[in-house]
Amino acid sequence: MMMFVAAATAILVAMGLALGRALIGPTLYDRVLAGNSFGTKTILLLGLMGFITGRPDFLDIALLYALMNFIATIAILKFFRYRTMGRGMRARTLEARKTGGSDG
Amino acid sequence: MNEPLQLISDFQPSANLMQFIEISILTLLLVVSIAMLRMRRLFGVVMLSGIYSFLSALFFVALDAVDVAFTEAAVGAGISTILMLSAMLLTARREKPFVPGHAFLALLVCVVVGGALVYATFDAPLYGDPMAPANAYVGQAYVDRMAVEISMPNIVTGVLASYRGYDTMGETAVIFTAALGVMLLLGLGSERGGRVVSDVPPEPEASPSSDSTAQNSTAQNSTGQKSPAPTANSPIGREDAP
Repeated sequence: MMMFVAAATAILVAMGLALGRALIGPTLYDRVLAGNSFGTKTILLLGLMGFITGRPDFLDIALLYALMNFIATIAILKFFRYRTMGRGMRARTLEARKTGGSDG
Repeated sequence: MNEPLQLISDFQPSANLMQFIEISILTLLLVVSIAMLRMRRLFGVVMLSGIYSFLSALFFVALDAVDVAFTEAAVGAGISTILMLSAMLLTARREKPFVPGHAFLALLVCVVVGGALVYATFDAPLYGDPMAPANAYVGQAYVDRMAVEISMPNIVTGVLASYRGYDTMGETAVIFTAALGVMLLLGLGSERGGRVVSDVPPEPEASPSSDSTAQNSTAQNSTGQKSPAPTANSPIGREDAP
């Protein structure tokens, strides 16, 4: 039981720290990383809650969270690399860069 | 009447711990929502809304609503973040500056409606009450008849896919239509939906918590990639370059 308490406290403190970085983070990448690591802490806390209540079946959902977290982070980073969503954006963005104009 | 009390006292330590976790999650939710209200940079708001979705999904799991938590994680944290970013492409990247004012009527409406909602929760059955209508009559009937009638291992799936099949089909059609509408609105596949967008030029060092423009301008060219001319129209990611 003490172990559960210690683990829960540690994870919650880590969540608070990640949240603080998301709030004050000066650059964009701080925020992206804070969101990603907050998702990871969510997965950990979800697994811990499963073991506390004696039903670790929720680990499936933790897996889904992990996938979601990954996909969202990849999407955000791709978005800031290519500045668009959707298909065929790379060619168009490169073309816009070549012509030197803004692509808005 | 003694039996449920006995059950609760057996799980007392873990119930206390779960209560602690739930209260912490709710506190974090409050902090995140207040921060979302106060933040002017839309990208930060998008990231915070993803964090909010993760937290509320966690809270749904704590309340044993696992299917809702599943949906919240997939839709709230996954799809919504991407849709919000796509929508951000079509607008400015900063919220308009907040004009302080006194909207007493809005405050009054909020207080009255919120008070009415809180008052309404007093009539709701307690959490986990076995005699609550949702647990007692119809729900119990489904639990009893599910194994005999359609023999699905998961009761929620059975109700959604079989007992409420037509309803679920209608919902699917509605969601499909909504997805089509959102894709048309956002113009996915074209850059910025083919629109010309002018961002509000960022005021230098607007707030201490916003960004470090001076630091960025020196480090901007070190990424080695050719970036477009830094006009006010240039799209997302410019002033935040590492």
